[in-house]
Formats: sequence, C-alpha cells, structure tokens
Amino acid sequence: VGARGCGGVWRRAWQHGAGGPCPSSCGQRAATSNGRGGAVPVGKSGLAPWVPVVGLEIHAQISSNSKLFSGSQVQFAAPPNSLVSFFDASLPGTLPVLNRRCVEAAVMTGLALNCSINKKSLFDRKHYFYADLPAGYQITQQRVPIAVNGSLSYSLCTDNKMSQMVTKTVRIKQIQLEQDSGKSLHDDTRSQTLVDLNRAGVGLMEVVMEPDMCCGEEAAAAVRELQLILQTLGSSQAVMAEGQLRVDANVSVHHPGEPYGVRTEVKNINSIRFLAKAVDYEIQRQIEELENGGTILNETRAFDSKLGCTVPMRDKEGKQDYRFMPEPNLPPLILYDAKSLPANMNHQQVVNIDWIHERLPDLPSVKRAKLVDQYGILPEHSFTLLNEDGLTEFFENVVKQTQMKPKKVIGWILNILLSYLKQHSLTVKESPVSSVLMADLLNLVEKKEISSTAAKQVLAELWKGEGKTPLEIVKEKKLELIQDQKELEQICQAVIDGQENEVIMMVLG
Amino acid sequence: QAVTVEVLDHLEQLALVDFRDAEGVERLQKAIRFADQLQEVNTDGVEPMDSVLEDRCLYLREDDVTEGNCTTELLKNAREKVEEYFVAPPGNIPLPKLEERETFLKGS
Repeated sequence: VGARGCGGVWRRAWQHGAGGPCPSSCGQRAATSNGRGGAVPVGKSGLAPWVPVVGLEIHAQISSNSKLFSGSQVQFAAPPNSLVSFFDASLPGTLPVLNRRCVEAAVMTGLALNCSINKKSLFDRKHYFYADLPAGYQITQQRVPIAVNGSLSYSLCTDNKMSQMVTKTVRIKQIQLEQDSGKSLHDDTRSQTLVDLNRAGVGLMEVVMEPDMCCGEEAAAAVRELQLILQTLGSSQAVMAEGQLRVDANVSVHHPGEPYGVRTEVKNINSIRFLAKAVDYEIQRQIEELENGGTILNETRAFDSKLGCTVPMRDKEGKQDYRFMPEPNLPPLILYDAKSLPANMNHQQVVNIDWIHERLPDLPSVKRAKLVDQYGILPEHSFTLLNEDGLTEFFENVVKQTQMKPKKVIGWILNILLSYLKQHSLTVKESPVSSVLMADLLNLVEKKEISSTAAKQVLAELWKGEGKTPLEIVKEKKLELIQDQKELEQICQAVIDGQENEVIMMVLG
Repeated sequence: QAVTVEVLDHLEQLALVDFRDAEGVERLQKAIRFADQLQEVNTDGVEPMDSVLEDRCLYLREDDVTEGNCTTELLKNAREKVEEYFVAPPGNIPLPKLEERETFLKGS
C-alpha cells in the first residue's frame, strides 16, 4: 500500500493560500507533524488540527465510433439531434444492444489500473427525471461493475523545482460502464431549456477513487496520471475541455482519530488546474465553517472558476432515491480468459481478458522508466517529457540525429525549447524549430563550432521560422568559434596592444 | 396496514404516478397485499432471478455507425422545438405540495 496522506504538501499549499479569495488569517497558520511525520494543518491556536479527505468520481467518455447501446455516431460538435437514434430518444419499442468496443475499452482501463475484472457483470437502471434523460433512467452498473479493487500510482514534486518527487497511490474502488446523458442549454430569457440528445447514450467509464487523497495537488496529480493512462490506452481521449473527462470531488474534513466529517460533492470542474483550486477552496471553506461553530451540509456544490469558490447548486432536491433495478433487457455480461474460453463460440462474441492484457501498450510509468534507463536522464525529466504532447518524440528524434549526449540534449529541450513554446503558447507540433534543425544546431555546439551562448542566439533566429539553417545563421552573424591558435594569439595581442596602459597597471599589480 | 400519505407522496414524486383519489389508493393497497403473498415462499439459499434472459448470451455489436441522421423524424414528436432542439421547461416542475394533495384525497 503506497503512501497516503499529504506529507509536507498540505503545509506548503496552505501557506501559499491555495484557492480563491482567502482570508488573511491563512498566512498565520502553522503546521505540526502527525504521527507519521507528515505535516497536518493546524487551526486557530488551541484548536485541534484538521485532516482533509478527498475522493474523486471520474467520468471518461469512451473513444468509440458508435454509442454504448446504439449505432449512432459519437462526435463532438455536430448539428443538434443529428446523432440520435430512436433508442437514444427513448422511443417505445427500442432495445439496447451492447457495443463490443466499449467493453474492451473498460477491460483495458481496468487492467491498466490493476483491477480485478469481473467475468460476470450486470447492468442496472438508475431512475431520475431530467429533460436530457429521455428514458427517465440511465443504464449503469450499480450492483456488479466490470472492474473492481485497483490502484493508481502518481507522483508529486515536494518543491517547486521538481527535484524531489514522491510517489503516492490511490485505490480504485471500481470502474463501471454507463450511458452519458444529453445536453441541456438553459435559456433563462425565455424560461426554457433546449435539449440536444447527441451525447445521450455515449459510452462512459466511471472510475471511482477511494478517499485516499488530502488536497487539491494530489487530486490534480492523480487525475493527470489517469488522463495520460487513458490517452496511452486509447480507451478515452480524456480531453477535459471537450467534456471527455469530467471530475466530481467529494470533500470532507475531520480531526485526527475522529470519524470522517460530512462530505460535500463539488461539480462543474473544467480543468485540472481548477480541480486543485476547487478542492483546496472547499477544504478551507469547511474548516472555517466548522471552526466558526457552523455545520457542513451534505450537499452538492458547483465550482465557480471566475470567483475561485464553490457555491451551493440549485435544483438538487435533497437526497435522491434512484430506485435501482436490474436492466431487464440485458443478460449478464460474461468475459472470458484463456482458461475459460469456450470452444465453439463466434470470435466476434468473445471478449478475452488475457488477449487484451497481452496487447496493452506501455503505460506512462513504464515509458518514463524506459526513458530514464535508455537515455540516462532524471526521473523528473521523464515526467516533463510525457506531460507535453509530442515532446518525447521530439526529444528522441533530436537524440537520433545528433552526437550530443542525451543528458545534455535534455537540458536544451526542457529548459530552452520548452520555455520558448510556453512563452508563445505553442504545442510541440506547432514548433517553428523542427527536431532536424534542433539537432543541426546541437551538432554545431558539440563540435565546438559555436558556443552555447551563440547557439541560443541562433535559436532565437531559427524561431522566426524564416527557413534558414543553423549554419547559415552562424555564418551570417559571424558566430563561429575561432579554433585557430595563431589567429587567437593575434587577436589577444591586438587587444593588449590597444590597451597598453591598462596592461602595464595589471602587470605591476 | 395502510399506506401512509408520506409514502404516497414519496411514490408520486419518484414515479410521477397520480393516485388521484381514495379509490386509487385502495387499489394500490390491494396490489401490495396481492404481491405480499410472495413472502410466503421460502427462498433460503436460492439466488434471486433478475430476468428470464439471465442464461442467454449477451449479444455484442460491432462498433460501426449504423443509425442517426433522422433529426426531422425525431422532432415530429416534439410539441415545441427551437431550431432542431427539443424544448423543455427550465427545470423540473415541482409537484403540488403535500398539503394540497391531502385535502384532495380527503375530498373524494
């Protein structure tokens, strides 16, 4: 079981006043150590410390051509109600038909998260009324989901320089297959809601994480790693901005040794950065409320990204009774492995867990270890490489085309190229400097034809994307290092000759 | 054992059924009594059956796009529409309050 709890992270976040409008008393809070040697936030003087508890429910849209139970297309941004079948619109007489690709995506994800895959899982109906849920229920897996009891390891940097990384683990309670709902557009001026069912019925994997995290930074790091895993597997593109990855946070606080406090659910979090802010704000809010003698309501709150705070959500009427019942139109979902594979079954009807396991790609953690091993770079470098889309490929291409050692190349890529890209808000793919040009430039440095400083000047020129090669720029700006001994002596002599007085003063001491 | 007004209210909220009057409520109570006969069967050690389909093979469909693109047809059923969107009220319309309903039942 990996390290749970915050260690020193909470104290640092606390002192920096994480979250939105933070009362000035924040800076006065000190931290003490708990029994495990980690820091725990201390309340106002005299009051006991608080332990924040954070759990996450993540919905990842499955990357598939068609929907979970129907043959309508899955696509972001299409004309309203154009990707809707009779089943998606819940017209009477229609039945769900399970998409094989969605099952495989869920199995891949379960395996990547170290889960036990349930060879028999069941579908249920979860009932509630809302305009974007035409059937009045969502088909989900409440009793026996497809995967259970997994874990996700992620890393945190303990200081801002990323030189100290700590590995944490969060337990995965379960992964279940379920339908997405349609989209509601609220038109307050005309007091109506416009409903688009294009998204209704798209396959989702709900990943439920146990409350093993204790602050916004941990939650953000865990979700980031999950996002990378999903993208590596291809089971979900997991782009938060397009709603392919949605995160709800469950937050509570309690005193050490006491039972868990009342938790609130925080929704409407649209990016990983906002996730950290929302969680930290809510922790702060709950601590202040309780220290001021108030109570925490078991409610759902929305994160307001403009104000940086959480607000109670309207329209959530108390505790919902979803009247779960088995989905009568779907028999149990049976999965097989090499041992249980039936002899005479149609291949197309068989999902073989072992077959999928053998074909899993290298997960991010494995990719990072391989990069460190192969190129001799530091672990934190491998994190940055994987964190930027296309950067690993760029780095490896440069290494292939240059004599400079990877350990030196990495510095150029991470410190120089990456900061250029960030300054100009460009992705690696949009870089005006290709890996070929970069390699050419680094070769000049490696062969000592130019100095590092000169190389940075050349890079600034290359950045303009005018089509010149590094060598052309070097010649143009006369940045070559002089290698000839005689020539160097002549130059030095000329300088000395030109400054006779100063030289005499120096020689005399 | 009569069904309480609170339970009736809860059922009406959850299922949007309307028991309407005393006769409706009595029919409900009869239905419950009828179904309660199931409790007389000893089911110790017997797994519950969800559906008569439970031994059937769950058919898996290939991930091909075969449906959709029938916006006009779907919208034919809509009482109101705005530019190919279905129109719904701004939120869930709350049911009449419990007190109003109670007098209604008493009155019939």
